[in-house]
Amino acid sequence: MSTRKFILVPVFIATASVALAQSDTAKRTVAALPETLEATGERAPQPVPTSSAEDISDLAPENLRFGIGRPATEEQIAAIDIDVMPDGRGYPEGSGTYAEGEELYLQECSSCHGENLEGVADLGAPRLIGGRGSLASDAPVKTVESYWPYASTLFDYVHRAMPMQAPGSLSNDQVYAISAYILGRAGITSDNPDTTLDKQSMTEVEMPNADGFVPDPRDGSPEK
Amino acid sequence: MSHNERFPASRYGPVERKMAESLVELESRILAGETEEDCDCKEGMFNGLSRRGLLAGGLAMGGAALAGGRAAAEAPPGAQEYYVQPDPTKEQGRIILDDGGYGSRSQFENEVRWRYPTASLDSSWSMTPLASGHGVITPSGLHFERHHGGIPAIDPETHTLVLHGMVDQPMRFTMDDLKRLPAVSRLHFIECSGNGLTEWVEPTLKTVQGTHGLTSTSEWTGVRLSTVLEMAGIQDSAAWILAEGADAAVMTRSVPIDKAMDDAILAYAQNGEALRPEQGYPLRLLLPGYEGNTHIKWLRRLEVSDKPFMTREETSKYTDLMPDGTARQFSMEMDTKSVITFPSGAMKLPRAGFYEITGLAWSGRGAITRVEVSADGGQTWQEAQLEGPVLPKCHTRFRLPWTWTGEEAVLQSRAVDDTGSIQPTLQELVEVRGTKSVYHLNAIQSWHIAANGEVTNVHA
Ligand code: HEC
Repeated sequence: MSTRKFILVPVFIATASVALAQSDTAKRTVAALPETLEATGERAPQPVPTSSAEDISDLAPENLRFGIGRPATEEQIAAIDIDVMPDGRGYPEGSGTYAEGEELYLQECSSCHGENLEGVADLGAPRLIGGRGSLASDAPVKTVESYWPYASTLFDYVHRAMPMQAPGSLSNDQVYAISAYILGRAGITSDNPDTTLDKQSMTEVEMPNADGFVPDPRDGSPEK
Repeated sequence: MSHNERFPASRYGPVERKMAESLVELESRILAGETEEDCDCKEGMFNGLSRRGLLAGGLAMGGAALAGGRAAAEAPPGAQEYYVQPDPTKEQGRIILDDGGYGSRSQFENEVRWRYPTASLDSSWSMTPLASGHGVITPSGLHFERHHGGIPAIDPETHTLVLHGMVDQPMRFTMDDLKRLPAVSRLHFIECSGNGLTEWVEPTLKTVQGTHGLTSTSEWTGVRLSTVLEMAGIQDSAAWILAEGADAAVMTRSVPIDKAMDDAILAYAQNGEALRPEQGYPLRLLLPGYEGNTHIKWLRRLEVSDKPFMTREETSKYTDLMPDGTARQFSMEMDTKSVITFPSGAMKLPRAGFYEITGLAWSGRGAITRVEVSADGGQTWQEAQLEGPVLPKCHTRFRLPWTWTGEEAVLQSRAVDDTGSIQPTLQELVEVRGTKSVYHLNAIQSWHIAANGEVTNVHA
């Protein structure tokens, strides 16, 4: 008997979620089924896609622009334009110190990447420092320190994708600070607690393996 | 109140209605004090309703079914467990649209992707069961996956693509916009350049799913990237374009502008329907012949620039370390490759006799022109038949009739593409690249057939 009672639960769950999906204020979580045509009972086709820009006159068909899509505003671009390039383009304002970075690292990163930035294999979190001089050996160790050619990649990646359980949650200052800590521990920048990194100093960082990359020579021939 | 009023068709699909009706029925019986034995609510009652669906609702339906005392094998993923008639010619089959209007595969088919056991579940990959594939198309539900931050669920009504950087007019497109533009449909493989990464030093994984399952072919439909780039007007200094995804990895790769203008597609459909979520729904970049990681999924942003962006996936990863300690960068094209999918690793040929050897060949540089098969470890070769049409940058099916005499054999295949590129042996590859480059292993695969018919992965 008890199993029977148990079985009734999903009905209520299902009803509740239908109600939720139908409320106008709630964010849509599923698509509705296609409408039914009254006359024949057929399923209505999907609505014809509407261009977001049909009334914008400077996007005219004659200049191959189809009158479709619309200009992106500066705010729309700025909201998602987060990439940082080796020559310094894209770094946001802000700064952070090694000491701040150390504290943040222990809070936000060490549970996965280890207290000594040695990585935790069981979590798939890579080692971040060490391995210099190992790349040509039988046991190459590829880390931020030994392998990464540009410091901008560290800022860019930590900013967009770390910490793994809350990506994109760090402020610009925090990412500068964590960069200062990781690069300091790697012996690439100073590990003096006051060492401060910002847009300018990040751009000037020289990574040990900056010259380690070559363009892909493959052309489908066996020699390459 | 009749069931039809209670569960109107506008809200309930046939499957849900049936489930709901059954449960109401059950409820009323229980309320009326009927005993368990009187109730025919066990097997068959919930046909068309997947237990998985109930599990997702937070309840272990399995327990209830087992209470009926029957072994409850769950239908394989992608299938529904339907009543199996003792003689289907003697009673009506299940009613039409019992599936809610979207069909599923037979409950007797069980092929599934296999997840490579990475430590992280968020950044992981799954592989296509190539051994049982037919033709060249990979069913969408079996297309290999590689995610670096899980699979997002994105509402296409709110998703946009922003195109900016070195363009005359930065643009923003809704999914509706993109669907209004001229479209193309093309069959192309996508292969992860890490396909085979376990196999450099010694034969490691046992099946062709494990050794080669990071390649799949679909028909992709979408707008040519050149169409939207021309709309925005690319500036003379433009040389690279950054593609960025809307997943938790906010995945990014730099793509040469020439490739973007050549055959790149902003794809919103796969095999005749919308992309699968794990393939980038609602929008992904498709770069025919390029390594899989560059085909950015859940595409939200394109930025045109004069230089590559040097993102993590084109520096730390997807670069190929050579024996001298330098690493090759932007190694985009997937080289000429082939593999025999039948017979292949971990199979057992039941007895000597006729078998059709079959497999797949592909090249990121062009079309396959020739596949040869050897049954003696590469000493003699025989040309296999290619199944047409043979398309560029697409899986090509090859076949060769073969009679196994019952003696030991080593099966290999070797592909050639229309640029003249010949698939190398592993030894040739290792001589040039060493064994530490991780990516771009396109060597000839060997399957050893023992006298007892067992097929194993070997380096020969
Ligand atoms: C929940 C576990 C977790 C936490 C916390 C975490 N990471 Fe990670 N990190 C990972 C995993 C897993 C990867 C590998 C991701 C992949 O390969 O797709 C990774 C990758 C990285 C990489 C790239 C390494 C390489 O060699 O490519 C860097 C750098 C990094 N993390 C920095 C950080 C920093 C800084 C923090 C703290 C702000 C942090 N991580 C917090 C799990 C974590």
